[in-house]
Amino acid sequence: MLALLTILIDGITYASWLFIVALGLTLVFGVLKILNIAHGSFYALGAYAAASFVGWATAMKVSPSLLLVAMLLAAVAVAVLVAPLIERTLLRVFYGRDEVLLVLVTYALFLILEDVTKLVWGANPYYVTEPYALFGNVSIGTQTWVGYDFALVAVAVVVGAAVWWGLNRTRTGKIVLAVIHSAEIASSMGVNISRVYTLAFALGIFLAALGGAFTAPMISVQPGVSVGVIIISFAVVIIGGLGSIEGAAIGALIVGLARSLAVHTWPVAELFSVYIVMAIVLMFRPEGLFQRIQARKI
Amino acid sequence: MARASTGRTLGGGIVLIVLLIAGGALLPKWLTFLITMAASHGLVSLGIVVLMRGGVVSFGQGLVFALGGYTAALLFGKAGVTDALLLALAGGVIAGLVALPASVLLARYRGIFFAMLTLALSMVLFGLLSKIDTLGGSDGFNMGRPTLLGFKLADASVGYVMYSVTLGVAGVLALASRVFFDSTRGLVALAMRENELRVEYLGSSVRQAQAINFTLAGFIGGVGGALTVMALGHIDPNFSYWTTSGEFVFVAILGGYQSVFAVFLASTILEVVRSFSNLYFPNTWQLALGIFLLIVIRFVPRGLGSLWIDRARLKGEIR
Repeated sequence: MLALLTILIDGITYASWLFIVALGLTLVFGVLKILNIAHGSFYALGAYAAASFVGWATAMKVSPSLLLVAMLLAAVAVAVLVAPLIERTLLRVFYGRDEVLLVLVTYALFLILEDVTKLVWGANPYYVTEPYALFGNVSIGTQTWVGYDFALVAVAVVVGAAVWWGLNRTRTGKIVLAVIHSAEIASSMGVNISRVYTLAFALGIFLAALGGAFTAPMISVQPGVSVGVIIISFAVVIIGGLGSIEGAAIGALIVGLARSLAVHTWPVAELFSVYIVMAIVLMFRPEGLFQRIQARKI
Repeated sequence: MARASTGRTLGGGIVLIVLLIAGGALLPKWLTFLITMAASHGLVSLGIVVLMRGGVVSFGQGLVFALGGYTAALLFGKAGVTDALLLALAGGVIAGLVALPASVLLARYRGIFFAMLTLALSMVLFGLLSKIDTLGGSDGFNMGRPTLLGFKLADASVGYVMYSVTLGVAGVLALASRVFFDSTRGLVALAMRENELRVEYLGSSVRQAQAINFTLAGFIGGVGGALTVMALGHIDPNFSYWTTSGEFVFVAILGGYQSVFAVFLASTILEVVRSFSNLYFPNTWQLALGIFLLIVIRFVPRGLGSLWIDRARLKGEIR
C-alpha cells in the first residue's frame, strides 16, 4: 500500500515539472509548427540562470523566500532576452519549410546552445540547494518527502490553469488559437502573425526555462541536463498529441507514473520505460491521445 | 536515357573506388582512418537517404548502427567468427532482420511522427545496452583484430586492409543503391516524396514501399556499424544514442537525396570538421557544427548533390 503511494507521489511530482516543460514544447509546435529540439537547451538555460540568480540573491543576503522570486526572474530573463532574439533572427529565416527540415534547424540550435552554455557557465556542476529546504519535509507513514516537490505540483497546476485560461478566455488567447487553427485565414483577418509567433515562442521558452529554474534545486546543474529533458518531453507531447494542453497534462502524468513504476519495481527499465509507453500509445492512437484527425492533402 | 546515365554513373563509381583503394597505400595513416570512418558512417547516412527519397527522415538510425556493431563485435568475441567480410554481412543481416518487423509498424507514420518513433526505438536499445552488464554496460567493450579470407592481418597493414575492405563494401552498396534508386521501385519513392496520395491512386502501396526502404536502410546501416566497430576496435551504447543519429541525419541533409556520391562526400566533410575541431577548438566543436548545419539548410537545402545534379538537368533541358 505504502509502496503504491510512493510510486504515485513520485510519479506525480516528476510529472509536475515535466508538464510545465512539455506545455511549452506543445505550445510552440501548435503555433509555429516547429518541433523544437532545442527546447531542452532552454530548460538548461533556465536552470543555469536560476543557479546564477539564486547565487547573487544569496550573496545579497535576501530573505530565503525571495529566492523563489529570483528563480522566477531567471526564467523571465531567458524568455525576454534569448527567445525573441532567436525567433526574430534565426527561426524567421526558415518559416514555411518542411517540418522535418525545421526539426534539423532546431537541432543545429541545440548544438549551438549546448556549447554556448558551456562557454558561459563552464563545465563544472552548480548546486542550488538553498530553496530546496524552504518547504520543510512531509511525512506520510514511515516515508518522508521533501515539501518542495509538492510545491512544484502546485506550481504546475497554476501554470496549466493560467495557460488554459489565457488561451480560452482572453482576446489575445483567442487570436493565438485562431493562428493555431489557420495562420493564413487569421492573417487575412488582420492578425499580425509575426507578433503572435514571437509571443508564442517566448511563452513556450518561458515555460521551458521555468521548468528548468524550479527543478534546479533538485538536480545538479551541469552540461548534459538538456539532452535527457528533450527526449522525455518529446515522449510526453507525442503521447498526448502535439499541440494539445490536455494532452501535455495527461502525457506528463503517464510518463511520470510509468517512470516511477519502473524505478520502484524494475529499475533496469528506468531509461526506456517511457519509450515503451510511447510506442504502445502510438500503436493504438497514431496521432497521440488528444489530436484531431487531420485531412490528407491531395 | 535514364539507363545510359545510370551506366555512366556506375562506371565512374567503380573507377573512383578502385582509384581510392589503390591511392590509399600512399596516404598517411590518419587520413586512411578518417576516410574509413567517413565511408562506414556514410553507409548509415545512405540508409537515411533511402528513406529521405520517400519523404521521411529517421532520427534513430543509431539503432541499426549499434545493432550491426554489436552483432559483429559479439560474433567475433563469443562465436569466434573473425572474417571481416562475414562480420560486415552479419551486422547488416541482423540489423535488417530487426528493422523488418519495426518497418511494418513504422510504415504507418510520416513526417515528425516517423522521426520521433525511430528515435524512441533507438533510445530503447540505448537503454537496454547500457544496462546489460555482460556487454560492458555503458562502457561497452573492445573487439580484437578481424581476419580477411583466412589471412591474419599484420600490425603494419591492418589499417590499410580495413580501409580497403570498408571502401570496397561501401562502394558495392553505394553502387547497388544507385541501381535501386533508378529502378521502378526506387522512383516510386520519389513520387511518394511529392505526393503519397497520388501514388496510392496510381496503384502503388506507400506503406509497402516505406517498409521496404526502412528494412534496406537497416541493412545498409548495420553493415556500416559492423565496419565501424572493426576499424575502431571498440563499441559502446553511444552507437545508439540520439546525438549519434543526429549526426547521420546531418550528413544525409548535407549530401542531399539526389547523389549517392554526395552522401559520402558529406560524411568525409563531417569527419574532417570533427577531427580538426577536436584538435583546434575542442570546446566549441558542436557550436561550429551547428552553425555549419544552419548555413547548409539556408543555402543548399537540397544538399551538396543538388549543386551538380540540378545544374546537369538544367543543361539537358536547354539542349
